[in-house]
Amino acid sequence: MPASRPTDEPVPSRTDAAILRNFCIIAHIDHGKSTLADRMLQLTGVVDERTMRAQYLDRMDIERERGITIKSQAVRLPYAADDGTVYALNMIDTPGHVDFTYEVSRSLAACEGTVLLVDAAQGIEAQTLANLYLALENDLQIIPVLNKIDLPSAQPGKYAAEIAHIIGCDSDDVLRVSAKTGEGVRELLEKIVRDVPPPVGDPHAPARAMIFDSVYDVYRGVVTYVRVIDGHLSSRERILMLSTRAQHDLLEIGVISPEPSPTEGLGVGEVGYLITGVKDVRQSKVGDTVTTATKPATRALGGYKDPKPMVFSGLYPVDGDDYPDLRDALERLQLNDAALLWEPETSAALGFGFRCGFLGLLHLEIVRERLEREFDLNLIATAPNVVYRVAMDDGGERVVTNPSEFPEGKIAEVFEPVVRATILAPSDYIGSIMDLCQTRRGTLQGMDYLSEERVELRYSLPLAEIVFDFFDNLKSRTRGYASLDYEVEGEQAAALVKVDILLQGETVDAFSAVVHRDKAYAYGVQMTQRLRELIPRQQFEVPIQAAIGARIIARESIRAIRKDVLAKCYGGDITRKRKLLEKQKEGKKRMKMVGRVEVPQEAFIAALSTDSPAEKTRR
Amino acid sequence: MPSALPEGEPAPPDGRLPASSLAGLGSRPFGIYVHVPYCAVRCGYCDFNTYTATELGGGASQQAYAGTAAAELTLARGVLGALDLPVATVFFGGGTPTLLPPDDLGGLVRRIRDDFGLVEGAEVTTEANPDSVDAESLHRLREAGFTRVSFGMQSAVPHVLRTLDRTHDPDRVALAVGWARAAGFEGVSLDLIYGTPGESLTDWRTSIEAALACEPDHVSAYALVVEEGTRLAGQVRRGELAAPDDDALADRYLLADDLLGVSGMAWYEISNWARADHQQARHNEGYWLGHDWWGIGPGAHSHVGGTRWWNVKHPSAYSARLTAGSSPAYAREVLTAEQQRVERVLLGIRLREGHPLDDLTPIGRSAADQAVTDELLDRSAQANGRAALTLRGRLLADAVVRDLLD
Repeated sequence: MPASRPTDEPVPSRTDAAILRNFCIIAHIDHGKSTLADRMLQLTGVVDERTMRAQYLDRMDIERERGITIKSQAVRLPYAADDGTVYALNMIDTPGHVDFTYEVSRSLAACEGTVLLVDAAQGIEAQTLANLYLALENDLQIIPVLNKIDLPSAQPGKYAAEIAHIIGCDSDDVLRVSAKTGEGVRELLEKIVRDVPPPVGDPHAPARAMIFDSVYDVYRGVVTYVRVIDGHLSSRERILMLSTRAQHDLLEIGVISPEPSPTEGLGVGEVGYLITGVKDVRQSKVGDTVTTATKPATRALGGYKDPKPMVFSGLYPVDGDDYPDLRDALERLQLNDAALLWEPETSAALGFGFRCGFLGLLHLEIVRERLEREFDLNLIATAPNVVYRVAMDDGGERVVTNPSEFPEGKIAEVFEPVVRATILAPSDYIGSIMDLCQTRRGTLQGMDYLSEERVELRYSLPLAEIVFDFFDNLKSRTRGYASLDYEVEGEQAAALVKVDILLQGETVDAFSAVVHRDKAYAYGVQMTQRLRELIPRQQFEVPIQAAIGARIIARESIRAIRKDVLAKCYGGDITRKRKLLEKQKEGKKRMKMVGRVEVPQEAFIAALSTDSPAEKTRR
Repeated sequence: MPSALPEGEPAPPDGRLPASSLAGLGSRPFGIYVHVPYCAVRCGYCDFNTYTATELGGGASQQAYAGTAAAELTLARGVLGALDLPVATVFFGGGTPTLLPPDDLGGLVRRIRDDFGLVEGAEVTTEANPDSVDAESLHRLREAGFTRVSFGMQSAVPHVLRTLDRTHDPDRVALAVGWARAAGFEGVSLDLIYGTPGESLTDWRTSIEAALACEPDHVSAYALVVEEGTRLAGQVRRGELAAPDDDALADRYLLADDLLGVSGMAWYEISNWARADHQQARHNEGYWLGHDWWGIGPGAHSHVGGTRWWNVKHPSAYSARLTAGSSPAYAREVLTAEQQRVERVLLGIRLREGHPLDDLTPIGRSAADQAVTDELLDRSAQANGRAALTLRGRLLADAVVRDLLD
C-alpha cells in the first residue's frame, strides 16, 4: 500500500476548487467507517505506517497533549489520482445518531458527495437509510459501497441488489471493498475523484462559510468547523456570525491533515477550522453563516435552525450536597453541547435539581452517562417526557416541560410532538411491529420491500410513545433485527391527561405523568403496584393512589409494619445494636420524606426506571 | 459459625481501664458473666461463640477451662484495683455451662466469692440444657451457691426441636424443673424460641402451654433470628426452609404475651416475663440499666463505666493470652457521652418502666409525643415523664428508638 504523501500537494487557501472533493461517509455503527477512514489516511500518505494505529481519527489522548481536542470532524487528504492530478479530498464526519439529524444535515450540506457504506454481511440499517434520504434531499452524489467483503458471511450480491433498489442504480455500480484488507479502497478514492462534483462558489463575493460543527477544547476554547461557500476567509481577520451578529477576532484558521495546521486562510469550497477564543459552543452555532466584519455578506446561507429540545427529564443528585457539583457539570457540558438546555427545578420528593432538555432519548442518555462517569455524580432522573403545548379555554397557552406543571382546569386542547419513524426489519416481523406501533398510537404511512426479506415501514408516532421504552420493545419483538430512525415532523392534538400519584394523600411530583386518556388507568395501576413493592412498610398503613384531578383511578396500600424489634439484647449485643442504629440513622438521612412516609432513594430510582421493579427492598 | 466480633480500638495488653471508667466503680451494682464455650452439639440456628468438644484441644479443652477462666478472674481483680467490690449477680452462659462438671462451676463461684465477695442475696444463675443435668448435678450446683437456673427449653414440639437441632426429649423439661425445685433453686426460668421454620401458631401455643405447666418463675421468649453464617441461614438461602415472616412473628409474640399474662406472668423486658418482680433476672437488668460487669471467657463482652470491651473469640487464643499473662481483650470502645446516652435510650426503652423523657433531646421529645399519638408509647407513663412502650410499641421498639434518637 503506497504511503508517501504527494510532494506537490495543493496548498490550502490557494487551492483551485476544481481539484477539491468534499465527501462524507454514511454508515451504521460497526459497519466499518473508522477502518475505512484509516485506510484512506494510509493510502493518501497523511499517516505513515509508523504512526498508524487502528481508528486513528477516533483517538483523543494524543491530540489532548498537543493542546487541542480533535475528533474526526474534517480531514484533508491530498490524493494523487490515476489521471496525474493531485486532488485535495475533504472527508467530513457525520454524527451517527437519530437525535442529531440536524447536525447530520449540516455535515451533509458541507459536501457534494457521500460514500454510502454498508456491511456486506448485514445490509442497510434504518439510520443509514434515514441519512441516505437526507443526502438525497441535499442532492449529494451517492457512491454506494459494500464493506467487509472478506467476511465468510458476506452476501455482496444480495445486499448490492438491495442498495441498487433503494438508490435506483445498477448492482454493478456498488463498489466492493474490504476496509480491513484495503481491497477496493483505491478504486473508491478514484471513484470519489471521478464522480463527486467539485464545489462551486463565487471567489469574489463577500465571504460566506457554513458552520457544520463546533467543539469546545479546554486549551483553545471553541474550535469551529466550516466549509467555505463563497469568498475567502483569511487569518487575523475579524469575523461576523450572521445569526447573532457577534464579531470575533480570528486567532487561527487552518486545516486538519490529520493534525491541525494553521493556514493563510480558506478559499471557495475548502473545509477547515477556526479558533476565535470564545468559550461556549453556543456562540458558534451549527448551521450559522460566518462572514468577515470588514466586507460582510448580507444574506445568510439557508437551513439554519436553533437546536430545539424535544425530550425533558429532571436530574437530581442522589446526595443533595452534590447539587452545586451538578450545576458545575451541566455548565461544563453545555460548553460543548449547544442543544443541552437546563434550568433549576425543585421537587418536593427529590429536592433540588434541574429540568433538562434534550434533542432526544440518546442525547439524554449520553448526557446522563457523562455526568455520572466524567463528573462522578450519582443521579436520579425522572422518567423522560416530551414537551406539550396546552391551549386553555380562555385563549391562553402554556408550554409544559414538566408533567407536574401540567395545568389544572379549563383545557381546550393539548398538542404533543409527532415523529416520522422509519423501521427496517426482516419481513417476518411485520405483524409484530405493526402491532407495537398500533398500541403506541402510530399511523402507518407506507411500507416498502427493500428486498424479498427486508421491509421498510414508515409510521407517524407520538414522540411520547417512542420515549417510553419503544426501542427496547421493538428490539425484543424482532430479536434485535429491527432498526429505528425518527425525526420530529410536527405536533398533533391528543386526548392527554395528567395522572398524579399520591402517597398518603400527598402528590409525589416526580411521578406525575402526562399520558393518553386510554392509557391513564394502566399507568395508574402499574405505578401504584410498583410503589407498593418498592416502598418499605411503615409504622402505619400507607395508601397509594393514582388520580386524574380529583378522580382516583387506582389504589393500593402498603400494610403497616408490625414487627421491628430485635428479640435479644444482652451484654454482647449492645455494641452491635448501637452500631446498627447508627447505620440505620445514616440510612434514614438518605430517605426522602413524602409527608410522614419514608421513601428510600432506591425506590424512587427503581420506580422511575422503565424496567420492571427490582428485588423487593423491604426492611 | 460464631458471629464476628465488632470493630473497636485496640485494648491494652494488661487490660487496664481508663481512669474515667473506674471512677464510679462500686456505686453501681457489679456483675460477673462467665461464658462457657462448649456444646455437645452445634445447633443450626446458633451464632453464639461455642464449640463442640471435638473441635478443641490443649489449654482450650473443657477439662482445662475452669482453670483458664479463673486466671481471667485474677486479672479482673487486679485491673479493678483494691476497691471493695462485692458481686451482685453472677451468670454462667454459653454454650452449655452444664457440660462442665458441677465441681468446676462451683469452683468458679467459690473463686468469685473469695476474690470479690458476694452481696447478701446475690443472684447466681446458670443456663442449662435439660439434657445435661439430672437431680444429682442440680443438687450439687445448688450446694455450690447457684440460686437460679435457666433451661433452654426452646419448644415442646418434636419437629420444631428437630429443626433447631435440639436433642432433648420435650418431656425432660418438666423433669428438670422438678429436680431444680427439689434441689431448692429460688428461681427457675425457661427459654422459648418462636418462629422456627415449620412451626405453626398452634405449635407455638403448645410450647407456651407446656412451659406454663412446669410453673416456671420466669420465661424468656425470643423470635428466631436467622443469623448470617449459621447453617440455618444456608438452609433458608437455598430455599430448603422458609425464613420466619415478620407478621407471623408479631402474632406469636402477641399470643405469648396473652397466655403468659393470663397465667399471672408480667412482661418486664421485651422478651422477658416474670411471675413476680423479685423473679426478674437481675443480672440481665444490669445490661439494660448500664451497670458494670466483667465478662469472663472467650468472646465475652464487658462493660465498666462507659468502656466496653470484648475478648478474643477462639478458646485457644483466649487460653494462650492468659497463659502468657496478658489480657484476653480483643478490642474495646470508650464511649462518648452521646454514645452512652444512645445506649441508655435504646436499652432503657426495652423495660416496662421505660426511660426518662428528660434524657431525650427536644426533637426526641416531640418524636415521643408523636409516638404517644400513634399509640406506640404509653400516655400515662408520658405524664410521669417516662417513655414506656405499649404492646404495639414493643413490637416496633427499634423503630421507636430510631425516632426518639433523631
